[in-house]
Amino acid sequence: MKLFGALVVLTGGMFLASLFVGYAAISAPEGLAALFGQGNPLYVTIMQDIRLPRALLAAMVGVSLGLSGAAMQGYLRNPLAEPGLIGVSGSAALGAVIALQTGLAAAFLLALPIAALAFAALAVGLILLLAGPRGSSLTLILAGIAVSAFAAALTSLTLNLSPNPYAASEIMFWLMGSVANRAMSHVWLALPIMALGWILLAGLGRGLDALTLGEDAAEALGISLSRLRLQLLLGTAAAVGAATAVAGAVGFVGLVVPHILRRFAHGRPSTLLWASALGGAAMVLAADLTTRLILPDRDLKLGVVMALIGAPLFLHLIYKTRREIA
Amino acid sequence: MTLLTVQNLTVRRGECPVVDNASFAISPGECVGLIGPNGAGKTSLLRGALGLLPFEGTSTLAALPTRKRSAQAAWLPQNREIAWPMSVERIVALGRLPYLARGARLGPTDQNAVDAALTRMGLQTYRARLATALSGGEQARVLIARTLAQDTPLLMADEPIAGLDPAAQIATLQVFEALAQEGRAVLTSLHDLSLAGRYCTRLILMGAGRIIADGSPRDVLTPDLLAQVFRLQAEVLDTPHGPIIQPLGVLT
Repeated sequence: MKLFGALVVLTGGMFLASLFVGYAAISAPEGLAALFGQGNPLYVTIMQDIRLPRALLAAMVGVSLGLSGAAMQGYLRNPLAEPGLIGVSGSAALGAVIALQTGLAAAFLLALPIAALAFAALAVGLILLLAGPRGSSLTLILAGIAVSAFAAALTSLTLNLSPNPYAASEIMFWLMGSVANRAMSHVWLALPIMALGWILLAGLGRGLDALTLGEDAAEALGISLSRLRLQLLLGTAAAVGAATAVAGAVGFVGLVVPHILRRFAHGRPSTLLWASALGGAAMVLAADLTTRLILPDRDLKLGVVMALIGAPLFLHLIYKTRREIA
Repeated sequence: MTLLTVQNLTVRRGECPVVDNASFAISPGECVGLIGPNGAGKTSLLRGALGLLPFEGTSTLAALPTRKRSAQAAWLPQNREIAWPMSVERIVALGRLPYLARGARLGPTDQNAVDAALTRMGLQTYRARLATALSGGEQARVLIARTLAQDTPLLMADEPIAGLDPAAQIATLQVFEALAQEGRAVLTSLHDLSLAGRYCTRLILMGAGRIIADGSPRDVLTPDLLAQVFRLQAEVLDTPHGPIIQPLGVLT
């Protein structure tokens, strides 16, 4: 419970900071009033149309990545697993890249995320087809790797065939991931899909706890492994597919957050699920804040900062726990 | 009343039956040892009876819905896995999962079952230690305690004493013996024939997927059957502690 309190305070603090820290100097009372449509109309626009969707998307993307990372690690009983493993994020990125390349993205505001979601759904269908309704975790991973590799190859091909350097650089920048310049309509598009994913993933706790003892023991404890696998796959696909569709590829969160919090969750996969959801939100909010505080004029990308924060953190963690791991 | 009835159970790996038409029943108060050489089909028989493998024939356990089955029989698999650095107490408490509602905490009954399991396996002082930091034998005892915490009428274990020191082997089998005397039942595979003869009330001998003999230790552990199934030349000493098997050589 101490962990829960600490994470709620941390995430809440990051969320507020994300609302009230930015390029335009708006005082807290003014900002709060503007958030509810009161006061200076310019401030109202900034708070309601720029900062609120940005903070909400950062938190939602963080919850999705943290939750699915913890679920994936729990299912595979491997601390190196991450949500990108099943190929959904790679496929969503491919959908977005194709939308950018064909000019579809410019047709209407949500064209890009909708194309990304369609490709994410396609990837899940393909993985289910490849891995079969019943099957081991290994077939799931191998199918995921195959789909990932294919999506990455097609993404490269699209870049390769890109007719002009502007389109190529636009694609490159999109691939780095960001929650800047998003509108509330992005939130409304992603939220229902992500929420569905969260509900599916949050229901995995009991099964993941049992899986600590291996697949055979878990099944004898009354866990249906084929159902658990399907729930994990659909939950991850919805959460991560939607996250990638609105924010691009943000790596490292799903890998690092469960790893950092595992000790505080006493190693229990079910505790780690919600802890990683909150921790993921805090981490993405923090990374997004960093992009605004350091080099605000250069449009630093979220995915880049995330990796820059994540990698040393991960190294530090490995250094500290190397004896446990060995 | 029986706790498990298996009839004409056949488990196939590809075309080849690894368990061939096995039938037996287990009643409360029995501690049944499943013996046989490597590859005789002991693990497949146990997993098939639990419904963890596709099979032909009938098994009363496999016919139950998963939730009911987990309240009827606890299962200790052969490969001992503890994936995450959790405390011994939390690992043992996983045995209470079938009884807990989604997201519920351990109630007093659950805590009592966990405490009793820890005490039975002599693990009280290990309670707060990280299970992953223990030795292989200690981890095996933690996992046995986990199945005890499940508090089921039937306990099925696959080579539970492999890799334990002699005292821990005997202590574990004494726990099984005590469970049987309390009116529960245990079905366990094991390789130590003398210990099987001493602590089991009944032995099932498997060879090449078939049940070759099923009866009291004195009837099953005979030089003839040992030679026929294990290819073992052995002397069987009848002692007040039960039959003691002295293997002398391998028959070719």
